[in-house]
Amino acid sequence: MSESQWMEIGALADIPPRGARVVRTELGDIAVFRAADDAVFALDDRCPHQGGPLSQGMVLGHRVACPLHNWQIELGSGEAVAPDEGCTRRHPVRVEDGRVYLAPDTGGAAEAARSVETES
Amino acid sequence: MRERLVLVGNGMAGVRTLEELLKLAPDRYDITVFGAEPHPNYNRILLSPVLSGEKTPEEIVLNGRDWYESHGITLHTGAPVTTLDRARRRVVAADGTEAGYDRLLLATGSRPVRLPIPGSDLDGVVTFRDIADVESMVAASAKGRRAAVIGGGLLGLEAAHGLRERGMEVTVVHLADHLMERQLDAEAGGMLQQSMAERGIAFELSAKTEAVLGEEAVSGIRLADGRTLEADLVVMAAGIQPEKSLAEASGLHCERGVVVGDTMQTFDPRVYAVGECVQHRGATYGLVAPLFEQAKVAANHLAELGSGRYEGSVTSTKLKVSGIDLFSAGDFEGDEDTESMVLHDAASGIYKKLVVRDNRIEGAVLFGDTIDGSWYFELLRDGTDISDMRDQLLFGQAHVGDAGHGEGGRVAVMADETEICGCNGVCKGDITKAITEKGLFTLDEVRAHTKASASCGSCTGLVESLLAFTVGEGYDETPRKKAVCGCTDYSHDEVRAAIRDHALKSIPEVMHFLEWKNEDGCTKCRPALNYYLLCEWPGEYADDPASRFINERAHANIQKDGTYSVVPRIWGGVTSPAELRAIAEVAEKYEVPTVKFTGGQRIDLLGVTKEDLPHVWADLNAAGFVSGHAYGKAVRTVKTCVGQEWCRFGVQDSTNLGIELEHMAWGAWTPHKVKLAVSGCPRNCAESTIKDLGVVAVESGWELHVAGNGGTKVRAADFLTRVDTAEEVKEYTAAFLQLYREQAHYLERTAHWVERVGLAAVRERVVDDAETRRALADRFAHSQGYAQNDPWRAHAESGDQRSYIPIKEVTA
Repeated sequence: MSESQWMEIGALADIPPRGARVVRTELGDIAVFRAADDAVFALDDRCPHQGGPLSQGMVLGHRVACPLHNWQIELGSGEAVAPDEGCTRRHPVRVEDGRVYLAPDTGGAAEAARSVETES
Repeated sequence: MRERLVLVGNGMAGVRTLEELLKLAPDRYDITVFGAEPHPNYNRILLSPVLSGEKTPEEIVLNGRDWYESHGITLHTGAPVTTLDRARRRVVAADGTEAGYDRLLLATGSRPVRLPIPGSDLDGVVTFRDIADVESMVAASAKGRRAAVIGGGLLGLEAAHGLRERGMEVTVVHLADHLMERQLDAEAGGMLQQSMAERGIAFELSAKTEAVLGEEAVSGIRLADGRTLEADLVVMAAGIQPEKSLAEASGLHCERGVVVGDTMQTFDPRVYAVGECVQHRGATYGLVAPLFEQAKVAANHLAELGSGRYEGSVTSTKLKVSGIDLFSAGDFEGDEDTESMVLHDAASGIYKKLVVRDNRIEGAVLFGDTIDGSWYFELLRDGTDISDMRDQLLFGQAHVGDAGHGEGGRVAVMADETEICGCNGVCKGDITKAITEKGLFTLDEVRAHTKASASCGSCTGLVESLLAFTVGEGYDETPRKKAVCGCTDYSHDEVRAAIRDHALKSIPEVMHFLEWKNEDGCTKCRPALNYYLLCEWPGEYADDPASRFINERAHANIQKDGTYSVVPRIWGGVTSPAELRAIAEVAEKYEVPTVKFTGGQRIDLLGVTKEDLPHVWADLNAAGFVSGHAYGKAVRTVKTCVGQEWCRFGVQDSTNLGIELEHMAWGAWTPHKVKLAVSGCPRNCAESTIKDLGVVAVESGWELHVAGNGGTKVRAADFLTRVDTAEEVKEYTAAFLQLYREQAHYLERTAHWVERVGLAAVRERVVDDAETRRALADRFAHSQGYAQNDPWRAHAESGDQRSYIPIKEVTA
């Protein structure tokens, strides 16, 4: 995993509660989520299932439901909730004085995007 | 220190309670289990296939010893509890093992009745209850030749079948004049007897066993009429009794069984009881589905969630004798106030009888063709009004336009590659594999793991049959009262009533008041609650975008590549060169990749990026368009034909009526999407009869049809009524839409809603009672006063673009 720099991306108030905003990077979109308790998480904006934009999903506690097929992803770990299987890459994120800071993880993009749904 | 929970009885009901409890509160208790049998928890229902040799005892184990270990549960097998000391809160087993408890769960099950007749304790007399019984029957079948089975009920017949499969000559002796008299009427009982006789089983009906004969080992039985039957094995299957002796000895209140209340608590609040040992509201149960419902409730209270109540069960029965299809549920005899619908085809061996009271099914007996058993059972439990399908009912669900149910026999012979769920492409093999490997028991579990029947639901019956076939009857049938979702035990109707009666005006208020189990809800309940609040408190409740699906939040349909489709409203499907030009310009300006006509006579701009959405809307607004709501659980479109103005057949000004209806109804949020149509003559070019509400012009006025839809399952609309004027069409439409908005469950189309409540109930309010109709139409108009704001324009006016653009763009 390669190191990356912390950068300020905006105010916490710019992210709706139980919602998300997108940080556009050259390696793809990163979704930054704000849960009801103001906890902040950052994941690749791609569902491990079929690449749906997680930033557009419904935030439920510390999970997000993908808008395409309703897979549930744990915001803390990026893991899909059973029975679905798969994982989305996480990025370090923190809040200081109402500002949100992100340190994009620039490694392992291909691995993070793989889909593990079994064909039937 | 953690509290101590002791389970007495290592059977299906008790261990199921532990499973439910571990899901809710995995760390609350130190758990100790006492089981009288030397085995870990197994599926008692599948003893019949073990007896007949179709399965091995190992194959029916539900939770092996490793399961107990991995959950930190102490298991004592071969250790029947002999003392329950409630004063000192401890139990003692026969082998001297002791355990103290803070809470106790009794699941001692039942014991088979041993008839009080001479010789009933002879060697070679067995009951049919546990693995040891099966082992002794198998051993006996290897030595002896003849078997007598006392009791022609479910257990007795399964025992007889198993022993016959093992090569014995079997006679069933039964007290009543037909078999399974508690589940079957005389007709079906007779057909069952004939089928079993064809397999070589002999019967003595209306016959009382007076004595078992023999010196040390059994040699036969003597009947009350003096005749004797030779037998090397006698199986007593004359019924079961709740095993309450331990509870009784400890002073707990017992009647026929251990008496519990709706929380599954006995008269000692520290002691819970579930399963066959229990007597609840005067009833005892011997089938597994009710026991699992009880387990859920007991676990809920043991986890101190305190919200579950058990209110009794309606049960159904199937016989697990391969090749004989038999189904029974509810009151199958009826009384002077019921009517019976019977289909009897003796040549094909088919008998179906439904007992109906006030147009609702009260009981069903099916023999030979049980494809529709689960469907009838669902109609029975839901109390569905069947008046509109009476003439087709006995022919089955396939004949009322809802194909896809199956029977055990049919799923058994299907190849693994046979597709069960067309919506999600799931084959039989995927489902049986998931059931066996992941230990699935319920329809919901199968849906979660395989997606089978999770979409249109028309294969639900097949999946249930597969479950029943794969795990026996251990599977949980769909609960009687459907909770909104896993976050609550309350039904849609109960939630709506609470919102209304207790003036609950926000999602957190509802969740708090009804003690929601998940603080933030889930994708099922949050949109439902948002809708119910919006419908109940128009103008007062502030919509919660975070509880809407993305389509309704972005006022556009998300596509599989994450772009959106935009559909401007075109009133009644009638447009103009200027409008078309404006759409063309937008399509070119934003490089929209696909422009397509929809099935509802609208133009769809596909492939718009999220950032462009506000700009596309602004341009369309400028040309006079508003949102087409093609993305919402909302009134979508009013489809029209060209009508009287041009068509030589047109009899009314239908096109203008369509446009007016759309102006009246647009913007309304509804439980599910709503599509309307107006046709200018009975040729029906606007396809009004597959719409949620369809209008057809006739010479004398207008016909109204409701509750139709195309889609996964086509359903032709029901004729509601005929009215004279266009004004009346509007009033009736508004009233119908408002009744649907107020009564339907979220995500229930008009078709399902009308099927559930009955067309008569809708007619009563919308057609027969002018006052109610006007009140409904007024409430609709009131709500529309707040709803008819174009979300596109509202967005443009707010000027807040934040949710459509990245919070930041980073370039390396």
